[in-house]
Amino acid sequence: MAAELLLQATGITRRWGGLVAVNEVALDLRRGEVHAVIGTNGAGKSTLINILSGEIPPSAGRVQLLGQDVTAWSQPRRARAGLGRSYQRNTIYPGFSVLENCRLAAQARTPRPWRFWEDAQRCPDSVPAARAAAARAGLAELLDRPAGLLSHGQKRQLEIAMCLATAPQVLLLDEPLAGMGAEETERMLALLAELKRGHAILLVEHDMDAVFRIADTITVMVNGAVIASGTPDAVRSNREVQAAYLGGH
Amino acid sequence: MTTFLSPKLAFVLACLAALAVYPLAAGSYGVDLVTKIMVYAIFALSLELLVGSTGLVCFGHAAFFGIGAYAAVLGSPEADAASLAVLLPLAVGAAALYALFMGALSLRTQGVYFIMVTLAFAQMAYYIVHDTPLGGGTDGIYLNVKPVLGSWLDLSGSGAIYYFTLACLVAVFGFLGLLLRSRFGRALAGIKANEQRMRATGFATYPYKLAAFVVSGAIAGLAGFLFAVKDGYVNPEMMAWHLSGAVLIMIILGGLGHLRGALIGAFVFALLQEFFKSEAVFGGFAKHWHLGLGLTIIASVALLPRGLVGLPAQWRQRLVGRPSAQRAAPGAAFDEEAGDGR
Repeated sequence: MAAELLLQATGITRRWGGLVAVNEVALDLRRGEVHAVIGTNGAGKSTLINILSGEIPPSAGRVQLLGQDVTAWSQPRRARAGLGRSYQRNTIYPGFSVLENCRLAAQARTPRPWRFWEDAQRCPDSVPAARAAAARAGLAELLDRPAGLLSHGQKRQLEIAMCLATAPQVLLLDEPLAGMGAEETERMLALLAELKRGHAILLVEHDMDAVFRIADTITVMVNGAVIASGTPDAVRSNREVQAAYLGGH
Repeated sequence: MTTFLSPKLAFVLACLAALAVYPLAAGSYGVDLVTKIMVYAIFALSLELLVGSTGLVCFGHAAFFGIGAYAAVLGSPEADAASLAVLLPLAVGAAALYALFMGALSLRTQGVYFIMVTLAFAQMAYYIVHDTPLGGGTDGIYLNVKPVLGSWLDLSGSGAIYYFTLACLVAVFGFLGLLLRSRFGRALAGIKANEQRMRATGFATYPYKLAAFVVSGAIAGLAGFLFAVKDGYVNPEMMAWHLSGAVLIMIILGGLGHLRGALIGAFVFALLQEFFKSEAVFGGFAKHWHLGLGLTIIASVALLPRGLVGLPAQWRQRLVGRPSAQRAAPGAAFDEEAGDGR
């Protein structure tokens, strides 16, 4: 475990009234690793991502990003510090072109909003960053296409591209494979394998085959709590996990 | 936008050119009417920045209009001409200041609450001028001497105020056009499309929305200033919610998401109003002009979901007979220009 620790969460708890959605969850994200979080619906995976990305505050616990305590930081501030996330449901801007979706994301790093006389489409920083991100996610041929007209798989790719355009260090990906066909899944897995070299990736995913193929570490959540965490092999052979989730596979 | 003179720009330039030569052909009634409409157009443009470009439905815009107007009158000496160089920034600044206050608080709410809170703040301003002696109460107050700029611009003539208003309209249109294509404007478009995503991307959206709110309030203040100078009179009805509603209808009628929609909407709304008020056409029924205007607006909103701006595209679609599946496709719900925010 020599890889650089980019994000560390400890004791993350979130209560909604009497319901404990996330209970004392700890996890580490290291550069060069895919850390998958699996669990049934309602296990608290999305809540965990929302807490890590700063969308909702935790009831207790601490989040450290690149060695800094960011627990009290707003979501935009965490994003600017290098935390990118994608959403389970597509949250692209359907009316904008693919390039503009990525460009707007890249603009977050060089906002300069007061320079109102400059044409955003000629921004010397965000336009190249957007092109690079789109190309990396495999959308180089579709830059001018309105995002709303992309196929489902392409929209998922665009989600990743928008994430990459902000030059994050940590990627929190909420079900990037949801609703994808076999071919699209392969393409996305290849992309994730390529991305993990430079990033720390948290992957929440229901596609178990994909998870066990690509993850370096797997954390299993049941009812908001972690019941097992470790390498895919260790998790696969864990009796508790088999009983609770994998159903003896 | 590869060609410099796109059809959209050509349309706007043609309108402005027509406005520039209009006084040569029109009588004093016409000049006064078109001045008023241009003021409404500036007012509508200011609201378009919030509603059409940022997705913030402000239902209290008359407050800024009224504050600009009252500042113009209250800031002028009793029997002397005020300097435009002082009075105009005063009016715009006062409106911007109230927008800062109102925006800072109301932008903490969303959706229908935002609409109601902006209405409440506007009503607050309305009752301050309505029920206190500050601005002459319900009678309003007169602007005795119109402002001047040194010796070379005197806004007391109808021609001078016409061209000054036209210049302001051009400046506001140009400024907003620049603003919307800039990074700031694109961020507003992103906020309108998906604020949550903007925050996840790293944009602190609140300051953006507040800045848009203040800019919008300032421009509405400019419109109010021009209105007060044109008429030489202000009254509390300039802050009433009827006006906030009317300006919303203008931009909806014209077509949200387009600057020229605000321009078209202001003209069509005001001309429809004149038409239904005209006794020459409707005789005694003209006093029920609200009914005719209201029905027309309901009909046009029902028949033109994208406003008057969308009319050419709608006709093209009907003439070419493109399959309706194209329209129903989720990706085609936006029109070809939604991406550039105008």
